[in-house]
Amino acid sequence: MNEASVLPVESHPGLVLLVFIPLLAAILSVLLDGRAARSTAVVTLAGVFGALWWVSAEVAAASQVRHLLGGWGAPLGIELMADGLSLAMLWLTWVTGLAVSAVAPASFAGRAEVSRLFWPLWLTLWAALNATWLATDLFNLYITLELLTLAAVALAILGGGSAALRAGMRYLLYALLGSLAWLLGVALIYAGHGVLDLHTLGVGLEVGPATWFAAALMSVGLMAKAALWPLHGWLPPAHAGAPAPVSALLSALVVKAAVYLLLRLWWWGLPALTGQGVALAFGVLGAAAMLYGSVLALMQLRVKRIIAYSTIAQLGYLLLVFPLASMAAWQGVLYHALSHGVAKAAMFLAAGNILMVVGHDRLAGLPQAMRARLGPSVAGLVLASVSLMGLPPTGGFIAKWLLLRAAFETGGVVWVSLIVLSGLLAAAYLFRLLAMLLRRPPGGEGDGVPDAHGAASLPVVLSVMPLLLGIVAVLLGFVAAPLLELFLQGAPFVEAAP
Amino acid sequence: MSQPALFVLIAAAVFAIGVYGLLSRPQLVRRILALNLMGNGVFLLLVAFARRNPETIDPVPHAMVLTGIVIAVSATAFALAIVRHLYRQTGEVSLGEDRPR
Repeated sequence: MNEASVLPVESHPGLVLLVFIPLLAAILSVLLDGRAARSTAVVTLAGVFGALWWVSAEVAAASQVRHLLGGWGAPLGIELMADGLSLAMLWLTWVTGLAVSAVAPASFAGRAEVSRLFWPLWLTLWAALNATWLATDLFNLYITLELLTLAAVALAILGGGSAALRAGMRYLLYALLGSLAWLLGVALIYAGHGVLDLHTLGVGLEVGPATWFAAALMSVGLMAKAALWPLHGWLPPAHAGAPAPVSALLSALVVKAAVYLLLRLWWWGLPALTGQGVALAFGVLGAAAMLYGSVLALMQLRVKRIIAYSTIAQLGYLLLVFPLASMAAWQGVLYHALSHGVAKAAMFLAAGNILMVVGHDRLAGLPQAMRARLGPSVAGLVLASVSLMGLPPTGGFIAKWLLLRAAFETGGVVWVSLIVLSGLLAAAYLFRLLAMLLRRPPGGEGDGVPDAHGAASLPVVLSVMPLLLGIVAVLLGFVAAPLLELFLQGAPFVEAAP
Repeated sequence: MSQPALFVLIAAAVFAIGVYGLLSRPQLVRRILALNLMGNGVFLLLVAFARRNPETIDPVPHAMVLTGIVIAVSATAFALAIVRHLYRQTGEVSLGEDRPR
């Protein structure tokens, strides 16, 4: 898989810290309240940053870092493993987590109950996410998936209200169905091969019908959790109905966990099965998601709905690594996961600000009186949109350029035109969104929501955060080389000879 | 028919009944029960696999089932809590079509 010039590190406590710091903080934050609960998040941010820096240095040097919990290795023990892909997702989680933790106190100000519940749930979610990025054992991944589901659904219904409860219930049913399909697949794999460790499985895999069936079950389960077409029905109401900081987490991170596992399962666990047919099947599913999500995003009348349907479309790109199957495609997909995460967080936080100031998020012009207040939010929305469309010099541009290069080299004209068409559709729905927001409101000035009534003043941190994230989404276009070098450690492809 | 094979067949049937219930019943409590049925199908399968070698019993599937039961209980409790909140707010115990744009 990779030229192991340096032996992988076998025991690195940093990996344990990455899971246990947020987990312990979550437990502590249940006992504390108010400012004290918030401080556990601050400690977590600092602790995870330190551990992440430490692990990153090791991965840069040794391509792969492992830790055997309690000194017990596979097959019986529990292993944690970090490589470039894990690091990319861990860093994305940290950056999104920083932004969300910063805005949450202001966003939930005056809603003590929501605020009290938010911190334990978010920190649990964080622990589950980090555990997902690091676990290598199929059954442990089932546990992290379930933990992720329960925390994510609980966060999605934080706002209360019957619409959010319905959306959350639908999300929970899809997600639990997905988990059980995964578990049945794990049971079949264990029965057939006697192993649960992803890497051990990948080495000595005999392909039989039971393995195919297990792989199909696990993939369908993950697709339900990732809202990949045609199992996407739960996503728009759940993501659009959640409070803005939660939407940012769900869209940037939670759905990606399932796609991440899809990549891990097929490229690491079942490499012998990942041939032409599977690649084409995932390519078609990805293409369907990209086109369907974009077209539906074009038809929505609310800001948050557009962003939610855009998530469905953008997740489709991540499946293109299957048909394109090259180092350039892998780089593109990884970079797309990062830049989409940052851009989506910016967009949902901006949409939350619009909702807070205007009182609704229907696609109508912003009243003049509110424009100054929403200026930074709209600017962040614009920067994030530019990245999502794939215009230079943003992170999204790097990702789409790499994917296009891969499509030209290995894919053929169908994939090239798909990527171009999907990019154009993204530009269409995002320009529509921006144009509708920036036009004059119908009925002239001073109409709509009266200033004193609807236009709550926006705390500074809420106001600038979408802009900051938008700037990060653009900056990702300038720092691609060193990031890609780190994140490609342990990639399942080798660089094609130039 | 050997005993493990019989259990595997029963497990598959239980899982399938669960899938059918989840997809065909609108009432949420029934759907939650159906999910539990699916889970129990998988657990039965794992316990049957643990016995596939007549001399020794494989402890790993047992550990998985125990962990799985804990998770199933938490997920069920959480799902029922949502149903209760939904019932209090709307008086409904099923998911209607709610898709405002």
